[in-house]
Amino acid sequence: MSWSALFTDRRWRWIAWSAVALLLLALPFIIEALLGRSWVRIIAVALLFVMLALGLNIVVGFAGLLDLGYIAFFAVGAYSYALLASPQFAVHWPFLVLLPLGAAIAAVFGVLLGAPTLRLRGDYLAIVTLGFGEIIRVFLNNLNRPVNITNGPQGITLIDPLQMGGFSLAHTHTFAGLTFAPVHNYYFVFLVCAVLSIVLSLRLENSRIGRAWIAIRDDELAASSMGINTRNLKLLAFAMGATFGGVAGGLFASFQGFISPESFHLIDSIMVLCMVVLGGMGNVAGVVLGAVLLTALPEALRYIGPLQQRWLGGVIVDPADLRMLLFGLALVLMMLLRPEGLWPARRRRVAPVHTGNADVG
Amino acid sequence: MSADNVLLAASGIGKHFGGLAALSGVSITVRHGEIFGLIGPNGAGKTTLFNVLTGLAVPDTGTLIFDGHRIEGLKPHAVAGHGIARTFQNIRLFGSMTALENVMVGRHLRSNTGVLGAVFRTRAAVAEERAITRRAHELLDYCGLSAHSNNLARDLPYGDQRRLEIARALATDPKLLALDEPAAGMNATETAALKALLERIRNDGVTLLLIEHDMKLVMGLSHSVAVLDYGEKIAEGEPETVQRDPRVIEAYLGGGFA
Repeated sequence: MSWSALFTDRRWRWIAWSAVALLLLALPFIIEALLGRSWVRIIAVALLFVMLALGLNIVVGFAGLLDLGYIAFFAVGAYSYALLASPQFAVHWPFLVLLPLGAAIAAVFGVLLGAPTLRLRGDYLAIVTLGFGEIIRVFLNNLNRPVNITNGPQGITLIDPLQMGGFSLAHTHTFAGLTFAPVHNYYFVFLVCAVLSIVLSLRLENSRIGRAWIAIRDDELAASSMGINTRNLKLLAFAMGATFGGVAGGLFASFQGFISPESFHLIDSIMVLCMVVLGGMGNVAGVVLGAVLLTALPEALRYIGPLQQRWLGGVIVDPADLRMLLFGLALVLMMLLRPEGLWPARRRRVAPVHTGNADVG
Repeated sequence: MSADNVLLAASGIGKHFGGLAALSGVSITVRHGEIFGLIGPNGAGKTTLFNVLTGLAVPDTGTLIFDGHRIEGLKPHAVAGHGIARTFQNIRLFGSMTALENVMVGRHLRSNTGVLGAVFRTRAAVAEERAITRRAHELLDYCGLSAHSNNLARDLPYGDQRRLEIARALATDPKLLALDEPAAGMNATETAALKALLERIRNDGVTLLLIEHDMKLVMGLSHSVAVLDYGEKIAEGEPETVQRDPRVIEAYLGGGFA
């Protein structure tokens, strides 16, 4: 039996998925034992990027709208959370209000970006969305005068962690003999959110809405002739994608406790886009893989410094430079070898239904 | 011919592209349940008329009344909502989707699951999805494509792609099916099968509007024919009458033969 059959076969899939679930639950402890706590943090961040990449995949992968300013929605979500849960305005709203609110605000920004760009496609849309991303960042950077809203380049500090009653994720808890440091706590919250994002993406993809998005991507004119309201569905794609970004942003702010406009540069948008394209545009599993790999790879390449020291007796090339060089090389190689991504989209097969003769009309 | 028998009445349709008059003052009347053939030499304005009719182009002048509604200038999806579906001269399928999914997209218009229904898999959404799938299978079967249901549209043979476009258009439950050169590139066997399919569709109650260059096919199928030349209608009527019209012969063969 092949590996993938394990997950679809009736008898085995229950066991296979339980094994995956157990592995994901044990992962932070395994990683900590093998690689140290900094890697637990990296896999937690990877889960945030899974959410971001899945959100962008709705816009780019499903609806085929090239968005180079996606990180702006992440920023909107992060700032929505930070401003309403920090000493900045001395308000401390609960996260159960703030995360949905951040998602809603991001969705509004998604529509604000989508509405003027409805007629644009491809390169032209990319340029406008790139500009949009920069506008948001520049605004955040400068909204400290004349009235201080965002605290400008200094950013916002002392952001509340996720907490409810007396229970805070920022404290270390002991449960069933295991020690849960804050980074472990956040890992589990992010895991739940990432899994929800995956379920949401898959259900949307295999629905009337998802088919309409893919139809627009394949041939917008034919899609509209088949009765698809392309304007509404493109706006919906922008809004849905932004929602994922908004939630991820709120989680990011609570996790870090500090945000500044520095975290929301064009390069971050490009990074998320790379995850989508490299993993396999339009394929949820591929996008998840892309997000995890592209978060882990640059971190793994940090070991190049010590390795040079050991093998060559000294640091010959600055590790920071070499790291990005190798990262770029890896991207180029992957695109040459697998131009459709690591795990390309294959359209789903629908089980046959036996029917009688059809009558039309 | 009684007025309530009219499904589509186009009158005085004009469309200019810059200085070029693609259509000037074209009027046609399509009756319920007929096959209406639209013919004319290349560049006569047939496809432009189709585009005006289906909302892909806005006419400069004239009115379109379809099934009692004014439809000129409406967006394509709204026109489809009124019950006009079309195929394209240069096939425009959703290449990355399977044949079945292409037809399922056609059901978009006649279904209404939203984001919440899709995400929470409500009972109504699941039932609707099942109905969409069943209907799509029926229509593939109807067009003789059931063997291809799980193949990607872009991998289908040419003739099957043309029939898949018809299946997809039928999925929108059209009152009028507008076909832009459905037999183009087909061999004699495929054309014969297409002719049978089109007659069957008409017998099942769908009115057909047909652009076609295969004269034998269009004259054999159509109840009425209109001839366009240089953006003007030069003849309209029964196929036998139109074929003998000197202006039509001149348009097709050039001056001197009439």
